Amino acid sequence: MFAYYLELALRSLKRNRVLTALMVMALALGIGATITTLTVLRLLSGDPLPQKSAQLFYPQIDPNAKEGYIEGQTKPDQLMAYPDAMNLLQAHRGTHQAAMALTQAKVMPKQVNARPFFSDAVMTTADFFAMFDAPFQYGGGWTAADDDGRAQLVVIAGFLNDKLFAGANSVGRVIRINDHDLRIVGVLKPWAPQPRFYAQDLGGRSYGDGDAVFLPLQTARAMEMGPQDTECYAAVPDIRHLETAPCEWLGVWVELDSGAAVADYKTFLDGYVKQQVALGRFQRTETSLLDLMGWLRQEQVVPDDVRLQAGLAFGFLLICVVNTVGLLLAKCLRRSAEIGVRRALGATRREIFTQFMVEAGIVGLAGGVLGLLFAELGLLGIRHQPAEYASLAHLDTWMFMFTFVVALVASLVAGILPAWRACVLAPAPQLKAA
Amino acid sequence: MEIRPIEFRPILASLRKHRIPAMLIVLEIALACAVLCNAVFMISQRVNDIHLPSAIDEQGLVSATLRGTDDKLVGSDIPRNLAALRGIVGVQQAAITSSLPLSHNNWGWSFGTSPDSALANRKNINVSLYFIGEGGDKTLGLHMLQGRFFNADELADSKFDTAPLPETHVVVMTRSAAENFWPGQAALGKTIYSKPYYYTVVGVVDDVLRPNVYTQNTRKSYDAVYFPMSAAGSKGALSYYILRGAPQDRDRIMREAEQKLADLNPGAVAKGQTYADIREKYFADMSSMAWMLVLVCVVMLAVTAFGIVGLTSFWVGQRRRQIGIRRAVGATRGHIMQYFQTENLLLTTAGVVVGMGLAFGINIYLMQHYEMSRMPWYYLPGGALALWLLGQASVFGPAQKAASVPPVVATRSV
Repeated sequence: MFAYYLELALRSLKRNRVLTALMVMALALGIGATITTLTVLRLLSGDPLPQKSAQLFYPQIDPNAKEGYIEGQTKPDQLMAYPDAMNLLQAHRGTHQAAMALTQAKVMPKQVNARPFFSDAVMTTADFFAMFDAPFQYGGGWTAADDDGRAQLVVIAGFLNDKLFAGANSVGRVIRINDHDLRIVGVLKPWAPQPRFYAQDLGGRSYGDGDAVFLPLQTARAMEMGPQDTECYAAVPDIRHLETAPCEWLGVWVELDSGAAVADYKTFLDGYVKQQVALGRFQRTETSLLDLMGWLRQEQVVPDDVRLQAGLAFGFLLICVVNTVGLLLAKCLRRSAEIGVRRALGATRREIFTQFMVEAGIVGLAGGVLGLLFAELGLLGIRHQPAEYASLAHLDTWMFMFTFVVALVASLVAGILPAWRACVLAPAPQLKAA
Repeated sequence: MEIRPIEFRPILASLRKHRIPAMLIVLEIALACAVLCNAVFMISQRVNDIHLPSAIDEQGLVSATLRGTDDKLVGSDIPRNLAALRGIVGVQQAAITSSLPLSHNNWGWSFGTSPDSALANRKNINVSLYFIGEGGDKTLGLHMLQGRFFNADELADSKFDTAPLPETHVVVMTRSAAENFWPGQAALGKTIYSKPYYYTVVGVVDDVLRPNVYTQNTRKSYDAVYFPMSAAGSKGALSYYILRGAPQDRDRIMREAEQKLADLNPGAVAKGQTYADIREKYFADMSSMAWMLVLVCVVMLAVTAFGIVGLTSFWVGQRRRQIGIRRAVGATRGHIMQYFQTENLLLTTAGVVVGMGLAFGINIYLMQHYEMSRMPWYYLPGGALALWLLGQASVFGPAQKAASVPPVVATRSV
């Protein structure tokens, strides 16, 4: 029976080639636009560390003056001052904890006549790699003792290792950074969480390539490397010594493995702030302990434009579906006589309904195939955009499947009204009119 | 010629018989109108942002940054580098500064207008700081509105100690910053404070953008303050060499400047850029968003138009017999044309009325959830007019086909 409907549908679609092409085209454009924007939205709002994100938390406190504080409304600061970050780290309340800031590292290649270049760098503490599951190609990270001892060592990314050492095992070799010689202890495999959650608010970009250089915080500071972003909350007598200045420039992450551990940590954090208030260092008691995804949501890491584009594409798809409903309906109303004949010859309403839904489904599938083509074109266009996430825009299998589901659902929804109109037509008047 | 009022009654009667297709056209036009108004508004906002004015000579300006220098040697390196850059053919002016408008390289600080203003005061105004060396005003092409630029002594004496603000007591600020600090008053001779620092305004320049702009609040985008700075006391704050030449020379000047700085400073990283590129890069995301909105609008209008053409064509086909009868009983081609055009006008009007409400609603929603300002009222009639025209244009073909139905059709069965 289905084969017969299929044949009828194809014949009917062939009869009005221009109209069929219009329907398929409109649906395909709507689907193409929707899938393109959804792919980008999914890419940007994705989980950067799916296996670990639920255990990673971002503590926030507020060292600002009392002035302007509104109980329950004022959010704590995004960054942390050095003394507080170190106090939280040294309390060792989480499975892992690390403080970090972004900086620029001037790398001087060994080759003769080679020019120095700047690379994105992270100055952080020992737990960084274990906490964020950063995978090593060669070697490993450093220890807390290296942090305290300002050890002259560094971990580099695979792409920097490729550039400087042609991909060979460079552990133990020396690299010249900011006019200091540092020993390489580890080389990372390609590692670039999207979005780069740990760089939020530290003055870096959110998407794109990973960082190239990772070095111990104390070591970097001793080399006078400064953070990308510094926020000061009181008069600064000496900006050279950021460690003692009333300035925030570090992000702190903690790994907490159970609900109980999270609750404990929050209590600890509240207690820490109350203690600082008692000491007269702090005036505000607000704290926050968001998990990774919660932190990204609060930071509104997905650009507004991307969400607007997705909304716009849905509006566009809606217009295309309404358009298809109209055209399908017009088509089926013209075929009243044919329906009358089929009904008179014994076709049931259900059979007429099915026939028209099959026709709509075919339009949908054709729209889906063409829509996929448009989506690929759209993504190709996006890859040529200047945005930092541009190179990541690729259609994945999940989105591939989703395209067809959207196409089929859109066309079947569009088909319901015409199919219902067709099946409720009374056969006799149609036959008479013919 | 006899002028008859357009007959709405038969049209309405016929539309009542085709309620669902009629409603679909109305719905499609309403959606198109709502999306169109908001999309065009977004485009216009972005175009405005991309062309935010900035009172410097952007066309002839070239920047060459030099980073990774030795802070202890800048006192002698900067004058040497500048002398070398001035030697490039076509360079009319060269100077050094800490940052440029739209460069993303922001140094912000907040100041108040009373002597006890401390950094954390809420009434303070956050401004972007530009530190600038000798000749910087001429190289940038700053327009002095009141007062003067820094004199040689002020430039030579200004230096950084351990504090994040320089040891000088004079500043030049933009007209907008002056207006924000002292609304309705002359700024010249007044003082800004951030305890224990204070600076007196010696000059006011026409509005220059900050390194980062606030696209929804252009008033704040011009809060910039210039400080004098000596090469020796700059402690690495000065890294933007700026050069000015004829616009047609700028690409060559940029390449030569980068090469020269790289040759003179083998341990540092030099990068040349024309100012036109800096602006283009800053707004690249915004301009691609604007183009994508344009594309969506065009395609959406095309889909809507094809929808109208398709549906009306079917109506014409369906009503051949009625048209034939009308023609047979004396209706002219013009009457038939008019019938379909009026029908379309009625449907579009209904769609546009719904659409304007929808457009307004979407705008309110976007204002609550995104950085979006209120859509000016004229976008609504503008969108309506666009869809009226679109409707009339797309109905023209099918209506003409309808008008060409010969009266003899009435005598035949379909």
